[in-house]
Amino acid sequence: MQILYFAWVRERIGTGQESVEPPEAVRNVADLIAWLGERSPGHAEAFREPARLRAAIDQRFVALDALLGDAKEVALFPPVTGG
Amino acid sequence: MINVSVQPAPIDVGAELAGVEAKGAGGIASFIGSVRGDDGVTELMLEHYPGMTEAALIGLAEEAFVRWGLLAVTVVHRIGAMVPGDRIVFIATAAAHRKEALEACAYLIDRLKTDAPFWKRERRGENADWVEAKASDDAAASRWS
Repeated sequence: MQILYFAWVRERIGTGQESVEPPEAVRNVADLIAWLGERSPGHAEAFREPARLRAAIDQRFVALDALLGDAKEVALFPPVTGG
Repeated sequence: MINVSVQPAPIDVGAELAGVEAKGAGGIASFIGSVRGDDGVTELMLEHYPGMTEAALIGLAEEAFVRWGLLAVTVVHRIGAMVPGDRIVFIATAAAHRKEALEACAYLIDRLKTDAPFWKRERRGENADWVEAKASDDAAASRWS
C-alpha cells in the first residue's frame, strides 16, 4: 500500500511517500494512522492529534472511520486550504 | 466545454476569458483569487495532490455545468511559489443568462475551497506557516447542498 503525505504532515514525517504493508488488524484509516504513528518520532509527532487529519483513499476524500478494503493509495494531510 | 488547469505558470486572464467568451453566451461571470500582502506575507507556496487535484476540479466543473446548464466553464489554479498580487485561482462560467453564470461561479469557488486538495504555506520573512482551514469556508461550501 502506498501512503502519501502532504503539507505539515509531510514535513513532520520527513517524506512525502512510503510503501507499507499493514497487518490484518488495521481495518480503517484511523487504525492505519495509529499503526503508522509507531514508525518514527516524526510519524508520532505528525499523528499526535488524529482529529486534525484528513484522508483520501485512492484519490477520494474519506472519513477517518472509512474501511481500507483493498486500497492501493492512502493519503494523509491537514484540512485543505486552496483557492 | 470544460477547461481545467493546475499550473505553475502565471494565469493569463485575458486569454482564459476570451476562451469562455468565444462560446457566444449571453452571460459570462468570473472570479480571481489573489495573494494578499496586507499582513506581512512575503511568499505564498501552494502544494497539491497531483492527479487527485485535477480530478476534483473536473468533477466540480462537471457538476456546475449540469446544475446551471452552462455553455462553458474554466477553472485554473496555480501551484508553487507566489508573491502578493499574484493570481492564485481563476474561474469563469458562461451561460445563456447572467443568473446561472454568476451562481455557478460562486458555487465553484466555494466548493473548490473545501473539495480540492491544495495546501497553502505563508512566508513572512524568516517564518513559514501552513494556513489553517476556516470554518467559514465549510459553511460557504455547505450552502450549495
